[in-house]
Amino acid sequence: MSQAGTLDIQHLSKSYPVKNGDLSVLEDVTLTITPGEFVSIVGSSGCGKSTLLRLIVGLEEDYQGQVLLDGERIVGTSLRRGIVFQEHRLFPWLTVENNIQLGLLNADLTPGQKRLAVREHIALVGLQGFEKSYPHQLSGGMAQRVAIARALVSKPEILLLDEPFGALDALTRAYLQQELHRIWQAEGITMILVTHDVEEAIYLGDKVVVMEPRPGRIRRIVPVDLAHPRERAATAFAEVKQTVLKEFSGDSASLAEPPLRVEVADPEQIRQWRFAI
Amino acid sequence: MSFLHPEDKHPVPKVLRGWVLPLLLLALWWLAAHFHWSSSPLLVPVDKVWDTAVEQVRSGELWSALEASLRRDLIGFAIGVSGGLAFGIAFGLSRLFERMIGPTFHTLKQISLFAWIPLLSVWFGLGDAAKVAFLSLAAFFPVVLNTFEGIRSVPPELIEAARVLKFNRRQWLFKLILPAASPSILAGIHLALIYAWLATLGAEYLLVSGKGIGNTMIDGRELFLMDLVIFGVIVVGFVGFALNWLAARLERRLLAWRGRSVAQF
Repeated sequence: MSQAGTLDIQHLSKSYPVKNGDLSVLEDVTLTITPGEFVSIVGSSGCGKSTLLRLIVGLEEDYQGQVLLDGERIVGTSLRRGIVFQEHRLFPWLTVENNIQLGLLNADLTPGQKRLAVREHIALVGLQGFEKSYPHQLSGGMAQRVAIARALVSKPEILLLDEPFGALDALTRAYLQQELHRIWQAEGITMILVTHDVEEAIYLGDKVVVMEPRPGRIRRIVPVDLAHPRERAATAFAEVKQTVLKEFSGDSASLAEPPLRVEVADPEQIRQWRFAI
Repeated sequence: MSFLHPEDKHPVPKVLRGWVLPLLLLALWWLAAHFHWSSSPLLVPVDKVWDTAVEQVRSGELWSALEASLRRDLIGFAIGVSGGLAFGIAFGLSRLFERMIGPTFHTLKQISLFAWIPLLSVWFGLGDAAKVAFLSLAAFFPVVLNTFEGIRSVPPELIEAARVLKFNRRQWLFKLILPAASPSILAGIHLALIYAWLATLGAEYLLVSGKGIGNTMIDGRELFLMDLVIFGVIVVGFVGFALNWLAARLERRLLAWRGRSVAQF
């Protein structure tokens, strides 16, 4: 079981139908992620990095190639894969502890075990004393910590993070990066972080996957062989940062915003969840 | 910076400000009657209305009329709301249901409520049954529409979160859809409460038979007892106000999780 949680992405391509033909979002992405690894994915907007995460978590389907978890093709969502979005997406009518408990609704645990797991995860993200608070009473950073606890409480093998700290102020972000690193070490699970903050990617990642847009491809995978805790001001850190940034500066076109913003996840489409009968 | 805080120095305390206009009107009315500004019998003095009020309360007339009206109101409200909830939820959840029933429903809702009266009176007579049917109809439509709207506008962000959390059908409905739609559903029920009370009076006017606060006012009109009519208007206003106040309080309490701001995800 020590190898459970190997994620194997082979020749993955994904395109969306648009007015005239198909728009290719991801093209021939191949990536292997071993259990317990922390992988950061960086790239400018439109490089398909969020789509990649949505494919791994199972929110998007209809792709070419393979996305395999322990050799099995991923179909639909699963409690084995948790995700934290840029927005906290907590249920506003539930308290912190009830929100975290949502992750255990369908877990095979006794009520007592569930309570214990919720308490442990509140402690893990350092929110003791806020169990009974409602999301509107929390700051952005606290809400994001609840979202992390909710994603982790069902003990997934992989935690996906889609720009989780993108909307937070710099100080909170730095603090939560440190916290996330501690949680990663405590839980020992695989984490995949999508970000456009190169420093964040290097601070946390065992390797940094640099992606380029139109169509989204992997440009280079940069290993980060630095001991933790990493010091952002250290020379070695700066060197890795230079390596990563050089990939972007190669051709300035890849840095530019895509000419049109592609609404990848169409809200109207998500709303089409209705029961058939 | 005082223009930013115009509340600071005001001659009338905040809580009393709403009373200024009614008190002024009352004073005007009293003056008009006292100094005989008009000789019309329509202008009854304030104290005569007061005497009628005291008499109505003492004899128990008011209570029996109010009880009859409120009983119909609540029964019709309950029927309309339950039917509306069932219908609205089915509408919101099921595509098949919407396709089959939707067009008929959207046509029916265009019909003015009062246009139903002749049909209802033929079906149910002129008694309580017809009145209750009429005001359940009044309560039904706002609940259906708001429930449907609430269910259809559940935030996509939360829908995805529920998919990731692997909700089953029951959890989908009770842990996501209904709570997320609850502000809209409660707004519909609140509207239904107001409409049902308006329809209670409407039914009493249009299906004249039996007891009720509306019938009290009709009697007053027929016997040219303006004091009784005015008293009736005041009672109806107060009942409406009280129902609305209760509903607003209940709504605030049930939706306390929203905080002061609009929910964010």
